[in-house]
Amino acid sequence: MMKTPPRVLVVGASVGGLSVVEALRREGYAGGVTLLGAERHLPYDRPPLSKKVLTGAMEPEKTILRSESAVAQLNAEVILGDPAVRLDLGAREVHTAAGRALRADVIVLATGLEPRRLPGQEKWTGVHVLRTMDEAVALRADLLQHKRLVVVGEGVLGTEIAATARSMGLVVTLAGPQSTPMASQLGPVVSGHLAKLHTEKGVELRLGVAVRELVGGDDGRVSGVRLENGELLPADMVVVAIGSRPATGWLAGSGLDLADGVVCDARCRAAEGVYAVGDAASFHHEGLGARLRLENRTNAVEQAMAVAANIVGKDKPYAPVPFFWTDQYETKIQTFGVLHPEAEVAVVEGDPEKRQFVALYGKNGKVIGALGWNAMKTIRSYRQLVVDGKPWADVVIP
Amino acid sequence: METNSKLKVIVEYDKCCGAGQCVMVAPAVFDQREDGIVIVLDAEPPPEQYAAVREAVAVCPGAAIRLSESA
Repeated sequence: MMKTPPRVLVVGASVGGLSVVEALRREGYAGGVTLLGAERHLPYDRPPLSKKVLTGAMEPEKTILRSESAVAQLNAEVILGDPAVRLDLGAREVHTAAGRALRADVIVLATGLEPRRLPGQEKWTGVHVLRTMDEAVALRADLLQHKRLVVVGEGVLGTEIAATARSMGLVVTLAGPQSTPMASQLGPVVSGHLAKLHTEKGVELRLGVAVRELVGGDDGRVSGVRLENGELLPADMVVVAIGSRPATGWLAGSGLDLADGVVCDARCRAAEGVYAVGDAASFHHEGLGARLRLENRTNAVEQAMAVAANIVGKDKPYAPVPFFWTDQYETKIQTFGVLHPEAEVAVVEGDPEKRQFVALYGKNGKVIGALGWNAMKTIRSYRQLVVDGKPWADVVIP
Repeated sequence: METNSKLKVIVEYDKCCGAGQCVMVAPAVFDQREDGIVIVLDAEPPPEQYAAVREAVAVCPGAAIRLSESA
């Protein structure tokens, strides 16, 4: 039996960091654990922030993942509201903004993402990004007071916010450089259906054109979004959802490889005694023979479980079947696998016209992904085709 | 770390996002309706299901499942 490390420090107290601590305890790890978080909140769930928290259907506090007593039962030192600012790799010590120096035998990096911003956007009021609970509360307050929203960014977050705001009755325009919403996540066929859905719901699509700049008035408030083709989209408020970057700035100069997030091996190990988990972790997927960095909720938990197993000496490569979902209006989309945007796509069950279908994604003659559109229960039965990499010709009739 | 206490499965249905992860991990305890929302098949599962149920709590992407433990 391998010796387990006496002390583990988890940097980042969102779902990934919390899940590492919980998984360590489930593994029977009895050593000292510290959970360090930059925000003042107990670990909370982010997916509802762009949906039910914005509409008001869910109170922000409802996103708190575990009650105080459940967190206390983990027998961990929990430090909140104190961002990590530096890692001393040799000493295995993390320094914080408040001046703490936390030494551990194993350090897990789970600091997630930070939103990209448009140059100069801080000049104007009424311009939002959405990553944290506090940002969701601020965005909701503004949505309740204004009429005309422009969402810059046609990815997962931008399209979800557009759908939510439209359902709240705002006049919504969605802008972004791809020709259809979520084109790089879903490929042209399904993102075409998504474009149709947003149009039917009354969202104005201004896609396929890059955004040049935000414009504002003398009062300092944003008044519109200028596109590269010169068109001005008027706005009372703007959400900038143009993607994120791994929150690894504090690791610069630490000696870790930060090419795209924290670069790890197949066991999510970035260096001796250092692991990474969640949105910021770039790991080698042995099954796919490729490097992956997954920005989704289920990855954070599954990767945390793999890392906890590795910390207690189980030597577990992390090779997940990626899963993500998005809820827009009454439509629920769920996907398994990696939906390469250039993959072949075939609807194998249901009918897009009837707003309920399953589509398979194929590449190099194999099934690489499955997508359910309002097919919550049936989609699960297609997961195994993705796991097996089933021959495309076996499942799709030409 | 397993204790002798009895586990009861508690679901907050308004948090369920219909991902079905619980069904994959613990099919003896969870199922899904056609609209994806969770069905609890056994709210007081036998001890041999405890490990699977704890994993379902961990992987639930809506944080919709809790366990209450009683002696």
